[in-house]
Amino acid sequence: MTRTNYSRRGVLKTGGLTATGLAMPTIFTASSASAFTNEPTGSSVKFGFNVPQTGPYAEEGLDELRAQELAVEHLNGIGDGGMLNTFSSKALDGTGILGKQVEFVTGDTQTKSDVARASAQSMIQKDGCIMINGGSSSGVAIAVQGLCQEAGVIFMAGLTHSNDTTGKDRKRNGFRHFFNGYMSGAALGPVLQGAYGTERRAYHLTADYTWGWTQQESIQAVTEAMGWETVQNVLTPVGAGDFSSYIAPVLNSGADVLILNHYGGDMVNSLTQAVQFGLKDKEVNGKNFEIIVPLYSELMAAGAGSNIQGVYGSMNWNWQLPDAGTAAFVRSFGEKYGFPPSGAAHTCYVQTLLYADAVTRAGSFNPCAVVEALEGFEFDGMGNGPVLYRAEDHQCFKDVLVMKGTENPTNQYDTLEIVEVTPRAQVEYAEDHPMFAGGDLGECNPGA
Amino acid sequence: MDDIILQILNGLDKGSAYALIALGLTLIFGTLGVVNFAHGALFMVGAFCAVTVQRLLGLSHTIIDESQKDFLGNPLKIEVPYVEGWFGPEMGQALISWSVPLAILFAIPVMIILGFVMERGLIKHFYKRPHADQILVTFGLAIVIGEIIKANFGANPIPTPAPAAFSGSLDFGVWLGFAENAIIYPYWRLVYFLFSMVIIAGVFAFLQFTTFGMVVRAGMADRETVGLLGIDIDKRFTLMFGLAAAVAGVAGVMYTPILSPNYNMGMDFLVLSFVVVVVGGMGSLPGAVLAGFLLGILQSFASMNEVKSLLPGIDQIIIYLVAIFILLTRPRGLMGRKGVMEE
Amino acid sequence: MLGLNSKDFTLFLVVVVLVIAAPILLNPFPSDSAFAQFNAGYPALMQRFVIFGILVIGFNILFGLTGYLSFGHAAFLGVGSFAAVWMFKLLSYNIVPAVLLSVIVAGLFSVVIGYVSLRRSGIYFSILTLAFAQMMYAIAYSDLLGKFFGGIVTNGETGLQVYNDDPQILMSPGDPTVPHLFGWEMNSSFTWDVGGWSFVFQNGYYLSGILMLASFYLAIRIFRSPFGLMLRAIKSNQNRLAYTGVSSRPYALAAFVISGMYAGLAGGLLAAMDPLTGAERMFWTASGEIVIMSILGGVGTLIGPILGAGVIKYMENIVSTINDNVVHGWFAFMPDGIENILVTVIHPFIGKGWHLTLGLVFMAVVIFLPGGLVEGGQRLGRLFERRKVEEKPPTATTEPAE
Repeated sequence: MTRTNYSRRGVLKTGGLTATGLAMPTIFTASSASAFTNEPTGSSVKFGFNVPQTGPYAEEGLDELRAQELAVEHLNGIGDGGMLNTFSSKALDGTGILGKQVEFVTGDTQTKSDVARASAQSMIQKDGCIMINGGSSSGVAIAVQGLCQEAGVIFMAGLTHSNDTTGKDRKRNGFRHFFNGYMSGAALGPVLQGAYGTERRAYHLTADYTWGWTQQESIQAVTEAMGWETVQNVLTPVGAGDFSSYIAPVLNSGADVLILNHYGGDMVNSLTQAVQFGLKDKEVNGKNFEIIVPLYSELMAAGAGSNIQGVYGSMNWNWQLPDAGTAAFVRSFGEKYGFPPSGAAHTCYVQTLLYADAVTRAGSFNPCAVVEALEGFEFDGMGNGPVLYRAEDHQCFKDVLVMKGTENPTNQYDTLEIVEVTPRAQVEYAEDHPMFAGGDLGECNPGA
Repeated sequence: MDDIILQILNGLDKGSAYALIALGLTLIFGTLGVVNFAHGALFMVGAFCAVTVQRLLGLSHTIIDESQKDFLGNPLKIEVPYVEGWFGPEMGQALISWSVPLAILFAIPVMIILGFVMERGLIKHFYKRPHADQILVTFGLAIVIGEIIKANFGANPIPTPAPAAFSGSLDFGVWLGFAENAIIYPYWRLVYFLFSMVIIAGVFAFLQFTTFGMVVRAGMADRETVGLLGIDIDKRFTLMFGLAAAVAGVAGVMYTPILSPNYNMGMDFLVLSFVVVVVGGMGSLPGAVLAGFLLGILQSFASMNEVKSLLPGIDQIIIYLVAIFILLTRPRGLMGRKGVMEE
Repeated sequence: MLGLNSKDFTLFLVVVVLVIAAPILLNPFPSDSAFAQFNAGYPALMQRFVIFGILVIGFNILFGLTGYLSFGHAAFLGVGSFAAVWMFKLLSYNIVPAVLLSVIVAGLFSVVIGYVSLRRSGIYFSILTLAFAQMMYAIAYSDLLGKFFGGIVTNGETGLQVYNDDPQILMSPGDPTVPHLFGWEMNSSFTWDVGGWSFVFQNGYYLSGILMLASFYLAIRIFRSPFGLMLRAIKSNQNRLAYTGVSSRPYALAAFVISGMYAGLAGGLLAAMDPLTGAERMFWTASGEIVIMSILGGVGTLIGPILGAGVIKYMENIVSTINDNVVHGWFAFMPDGIENILVTVIHPFIGKGWHLTLGLVFMAVVIFLPGGLVEGGQRLGRLFERRKVEEKPPTATTEPAE
């Protein structure tokens, strides 16, 4: 055992060693025994449910998880079958998928892109998942979608509302059932015009990140098209907590409508504080001051309590819809868990069934076959009327709900009421619409 | 002009919240020398005291109404709070509506006990340990407290409205001769501001004018000498910890109408309160209060559209910019004592 | 050997063996067994073990030796990642320029931030680093630079990733479209199936592992060098150092920059393993995690911080994925009643409750093992040694001198 003396030179030499470490020879090479990533070989197939289980969106994530578990039960023939009974495609018969029982693993995204990707990687590399589903934020959805594209598995996005998910960040292996900022704007426009007229002055508070920007852009375009004036768009830091210094100047600006492009905790806080400032009781320009929250969710509505009464917003789906698909889903979810499902839960449930159905119709788990089966797929009976999975950008086109906070709630789930079901034709747009331009689906990637 | 007055008012309010949180932290951190990463959790527990009182007052028995249906088509269950039965519907509703202020009465004993237990059971053993160990143990404790709250109350924010009497806002501008609606200020924020003034004054008076306070101040300056004088400083430090927890707790209670509580809110306030305390200067209570108001007012100014149009995003970084500026121009923050946590 | 004393050399050798054999050692359970959930031997997690290992090795040079507690270290990780992804976007997927630039950029940032922050000590230093990091986080999260100059710099919350229409000027048509080292793809792997086990050996993991070993070796040399001694002197008594006429600040700054560059290397490698980065890598909780990793493992020890990083990443990635179904699988052999009771008992600590376990582990370690996880190892070692000593009868007893 020799010992050289410790000197500055010694440290420098070590630095040289670090550099040579880069030039290691190639030892391992890729092996490609199967046709695609995680080809299921046994009697079962595994899904990865990647949802936030800790952090601010934990409750939403857990509701997604409940719906996903329910979907797996229905696919395996346990329970009453839920939407399988109302789904227009009859390929699924409750015996699993292509004769394989469905299993699942769960992971925690913490609503952080890095963690979500790590969790998805674990599902793909360790658990052998063939499909990843879930999520509660656009940043996470875009991050995981990119990962699934590279790894060669299918990503069925959960709650993600940014235009970018199927716009500039669209991917061939990723699919979004949830609606987006543009659709929210297009659906809200006519209702707002009917309720508040064409001469309004709007003040926007916008969460300063990608979703907030696309949401604000969409709403501003729609409201300006119908004659409203945009007084000011103020970007607010995410997680600001106290929004008072942004809300206080609103009244004095001459605006008579406040549009809160916030989601989650930010939306609960900004709405609560705006109501605390007494904005809803004020009169400006001879009109009642109004507040609008473009994107609603049941959990956030519950968090905001009575403050949402009379406030307009939009949703992808709501458990109060009268159609048979909704009724079937709400019944099986409600009987299992004791309360109605949230919109996020619905999307994750439907996405799981849609994937299973596509595999069955394609007759293969190969992602490229699944992509082909889902692209341009038209279906019905899943709670949103007739729906199209558009081939060009993998966005679902369906009716959008305009909601309003219930004025006189009769029970704790009665927070929002459906004002209008905006027909699909009204929220459609060209796939190269400027708000969605710059995207490239690329080629489908089966991995391996 | 009216914009500026508006933001000063806003800043005072924000500042009073910062000052109140920093005050409790500085009692523990600046004076006992314990890096307490669980302080945000204490604030959060205080907020959940308000939720608990709201739930307790809202405790209901169920009446089944056959004439109405719930979402699954079963007969609707209607919840009637017990307090309405005991005190009559009007008095009962009023009690429920006042649950946030009432929660202070509940929070003070709860927080003091929690503070005692924390200090005796855990922190006491860490006074002589390195700061690193204090960070790890209190951070672990903060996570555990947060998870216990999450397990009982869920992760969703819970609406805790202010009493109906305080809804709406005061039109300051009209008093000062400005146009209507130029300067408005919610009544509850006014209450919060006055409340924090009372608490801050109370804590100062307590430390300044009571023998207990004198001993504690002496203990902060030189713990060993005070110990040699035959005074049981440890017991007083325990009380002090309880006091700090109570201050954090009531700050949390009164903040709930402004910020719907969720289990994570403590972590959101943690970093900010550390910045406020350090900018104020370690070991200085007036420094913490001053820094709280200074940062609150500057942050409000940075949120003005006129400022933001010149420097986009300045409102997000102003606190940290000011912190850096102050710490570089004044080595121990605004009013820090020499030798506290400088090693 | 290699300029190390025998104890350090043994430690280094153990780490080398562990890194090489990790894909086998971390996969003790057959993939179809009920306990396969505990396996950590898959590439993505092993990469994180070694990359976060690099990060905390560097952090330990600053915090462990000088005692300066930086609460903004994740910022250097973040800028490293951003620099690397920009290299992928502009040049090509070759990781050499990316990783080099990430180290350089992180180094430059740490020179500036270190120079300013080191004007203060103790908690004031910590808050200065925290303030810088939080500012950088806010700037990246809302892409304030992009707004100021036009275009995209950090791409906000969505994070920066490589698109098909990025310039990639050094990219020739046949080049891989994933990060590679002169054609050696990071995500290629070799799978070895033995019995019920399936061991995956991945290029990216081994590259990160080699760099981690090099970083570790360099850290040992620094710890044992005169420079390292000087850094320890800063921790033990800065005033005395000043009285002897030594200005401590250049040494502290050097330590700060070295540890910043380690963080940059880790950031660059994270991007090289998975070419997407976001602002949340720079958030204060990420900085806090680095501090917690170091303390949990044992501040100032060579191997402790790496253990701490491993434990935290393991909890985050393994305990969080254990759901009730998995637990039912473990206890399936028991009668239903007992099985359900056990599941109910374990339920709060797994899956969505993994944070609770994390918090309890932090508290338990710091209460029962004041020196961190390393002390646990030492105690075990001592226990073992004491037994050996007891076996030998005392030959020469030392009588107290009268």
